[in-house]
Amino acid sequence: MILAILEAQNKALPEASLETATAARDVAQKTNDTLGVLLIGKDVRALAPTLKGIQIVLVAEDQQFNGYVPEAFAKIAAEAIMKKSPKIVLAPGTDWGNDVLARVAARLNLGFASNCTEFFIEHGALKRVTRSNWGGSLLEDLELLSNPQLLTLQPHAVPAKPCEGAAPTIEDLSVPLHDKDFRVRVKAMIPSEKKGISLTDAKVVIGGGRGLGSAEAFTMLEELASLLNNAAVGATRVATNNNWRPHSDQIGQTGAQIAPDLYIACGISGAIQHMVGCKSAKKILAINKDAEAPIFQRADYGVVGDLHQVVPALIAELKQVKGA
Amino acid sequence: MKVLVCVKRVPDTGGGFKLTADGMRVDTTNLDFAISPHEECAVEEAIRIVEKHGGNATALTLGPVAAQEQLREAIAKGVNSAVRLEAEDYESWDPAATAQAIAEAVKPMGFDLLLFGNESADTCNYQVGLRVAHLLDLPCVTGIKALEIQDSRAIAKREVKDGWEVYEVALPAVFTVKEGINNPRHPSLRGIMSAKKVPIEQKKLTKQPAQLARKALKKPHEGRQLEILGQGPEAVPKIVAKLRELGAI
Repeated sequence: MILAILEAQNKALPEASLETATAARDVAQKTNDTLGVLLIGKDVRALAPTLKGIQIVLVAEDQQFNGYVPEAFAKIAAEAIMKKSPKIVLAPGTDWGNDVLARVAARLNLGFASNCTEFFIEHGALKRVTRSNWGGSLLEDLELLSNPQLLTLQPHAVPAKPCEGAAPTIEDLSVPLHDKDFRVRVKAMIPSEKKGISLTDAKVVIGGGRGLGSAEAFTMLEELASLLNNAAVGATRVATNNNWRPHSDQIGQTGAQIAPDLYIACGISGAIQHMVGCKSAKKILAINKDAEAPIFQRADYGVVGDLHQVVPALIAELKQVKGA
Repeated sequence: MKVLVCVKRVPDTGGGFKLTADGMRVDTTNLDFAISPHEECAVEEAIRIVEKHGGNATALTLGPVAAQEQLREAIAKGVNSAVRLEAEDYESWDPAATAQAIAEAVKPMGFDLLLFGNESADTCNYQVGLRVAHLLDLPCVTGIKALEIQDSRAIAKREVKDGWEVYEVALPAVFTVKEGINNPRHPSLRGIMSAKKVPIEQKKLTKQPAQLARKALKKPHEGRQLEILGQGPEAVPKIVAKLRELGAI
């Protein structure tokens, strides 16, 4: 069996889980194995029938799971692995997936390769993976010597395909849990204060870097965003370290990894640690006054010019176009 | 409050990467080294907690003799003592072996709070802190961006897509920290001078066999072709046309 452990959010499977299901299906086809999915959470059973084309869906539903319960989830995942003896276990390379699999790896004393981008299968076995190093600035070819092989999938590495095919067999997985399994649990949720579209959901992201020069200059990027469809504003590490924007707006290795249709980089030199955060954008438009800035080697469209002139002119033009 | 903070020595790569001829490592000739960014914030958090609640903070690294530079940096900022687990070949220690050695070294030291970075800048394995927590049978919350100590409990916040998860765990506990939890201080000149005199404890531990084996490092393919739309504000009509073409307006 190839086992995919999928995260559910708000009674749905987020993109990273659908990508993981897609990658797991591809691996299972190549290794000629049964494909299983494990769902853990409070209201996850309803999702099981939607996973068409997957042979077995293991459901560990428990009304006690108010949010993420790390140790209980890891115990259940480890139990599913003991019971089904999969060759390969795959989860999304998100905070959730990496947390669950690292805990499983520790419990079962297995190796764990996080944030894989490619899988090399020979004679029905996974010989090697390619995974992200330096947040994706470099790739590492790696052999996993322990069995089963525990992996997470780098978000955006594999495009999600719809679940098609026969309805899955649904199995309940009941694992006895004790107080200790709940010693780490979410005590409360604080909703985000941020309004508007999130960086990871936006179709257009406008990023501001060192060239912005101040917190105030971001107002102009906000205005530009308000004139575009589904747009949000992000920032580089320089901008968040200078407190021009909150850290949660940071795009890059130590911030958000985004994949919009268009990324507009304003006053951003193109440091590698920033570019790994936006490399999954379909198109990148760079506005920078320095024609030699590295960003121009990593962009699809370039405007050489001072953003403090280009952006206001662009705003004025868009207002006119929209007004017409 | 006895606080441990674990740090990793990583090259400060700046603009780009050069690989060694065998393709197995980043060529660090002419590069400076630093504490991995999330861990720099873990160091800051350890110092702030000791400043507020008293006690002492210890920095630990598994690395070569040269990694004492990162331990001294932590001391210069305000950490009280440091331990180096000797590993000239630290790049070939996989996360499980690293965690095993750290757990063995810190077990007798009785820390109340153990801080790690969420993932190191170089190998991004996301697991050493959790593995240490498991080996010591301690609760662990990963990727936290806020931490508060209240008597014998810790309250930590983890940023998720639509807000913040609030965790409360009993100490001793392990946390892995993300950048954004604080703004790390720079060491003072006096701190740098006095850090030179602090003795660093050295320990040698056995390395368990690796479960992960690197075969090669490589650069990702970057398949973008640049089209210059123009210079300055005169490029605006072309930008607007592009925005329309891409469905942004």
